Amino acid sequence: MMRNTRKSGFFLLLLFLIFLVIGINAGEVAAVWEKAVNICLACIGIG
Amino acid sequence: MMWTLRRWIQSAATLLSNAYVLFPFTRNIYQGKLKSVCVPGLNCYSCPAATGACPLGALQTIFANIRPSFKAGNFHIGLYVLGLLGITGSLVGRMPCAWVCPFGFLQELIHKIPSRKIEIPHWRIYIKYGFLALFVILLPLLVVDGLGYGTTWFCKYVCPAGTLEAGIPMLILQPQLREIAGWLYIYKLAILALFLVLMVFISRPFCRIVCPLGAIYSFFNKVSVFRMVHHPDKCVLCKECYKGCPMGVRFYEGANQPDCIRCLKCMQESCKFGAISYEIAGISVKEGKTASAKIS
Repeated sequence: MMRNTRKSGFFLLLLFLIFLVIGINAGEVAAVWEKAVNICLACIGIG
Repeated sequence: MMWTLRRWIQSAATLLSNAYVLFPFTRNIYQGKLKSVCVPGLNCYSCPAATGACPLGALQTIFANIRPSFKAGNFHIGLYVLGLLGITGSLVGRMPCAWVCPFGFLQELIHKIPSRKIEIPHWRIYIKYGFLALFVILLPLLVVDGLGYGTTWFCKYVCPAGTLEAGIPMLILQPQLREIAGWLYIYKLAILALFLVLMVFISRPFCRIVCPLGAIYSFFNKVSVFRMVHHPDKCVLCKECYKGCPMGVRFYEGANQPDCIRCLKCMQESCKFGAISYEIAGISVKEGKTASAKIS
């Protein structure tokens, strides 16, 4: 049981690394940057 | 004030997350390449000093724009942000809340104001999962305008960090924004004021009741590479770990509960019986009361 939970941490790490690589290849880094460099009116309570 | 290792790391993380010192001159937010990287804690990317992106804001934006993204053939579904959050969670679980989150740091500092301290009921730990499901995932995905664009519901209607770090400073820096600020701005100021007052009396109220980022990290606590360990054979059920825990976690009932932020205060300060330690990748690290470094 304990060994399984230890393994699952590494399994999840690998899974999310794959997510990260797919996301980068899909151009999501640029999408995040585009949002982050403009003032978010919703965040500051205006729109 | 005794500045311990965790305080230093929290201070450094807060400064690094908000290291754009030119904002008083540019009167605008940082727009460099670092803004494409999500910081591990809650730090509004519209804060004029912010150097990185807020993972919650980034995730909501991608969900809110998912229909136009599919129409344009981009298929952005948030894997980059989920990947960053998942890697952090898989490695250390909810540890970023205690060590690198600027808003968590603020809550701890404000809670030091002398006052009567109030404990909150245990069932409130489930509320943040509601905020995560509703305000971060479902509403941005499902409530869209005629063109298919949704909005960042959590940022817009809940997040007090955005009001504090971005709302107030940006209205000071850009006078034209003051002219368009209306009821929503006043509502968000009220939310911020409420949490600032709660922080005095309740330890980390935002983290414990609302924070969807903490909710995401909490899913990893039981399986992360870094994990806390409880030694029932040494535990005398004195409950000192619970009394000293900033998150109100009953560690004696089991290690790696969803609200444990791995601040290590229980291990370093509370437990006098060596019943708490941690392990990294299954390798036990013997720490405890006798450890030389005072962490919290």
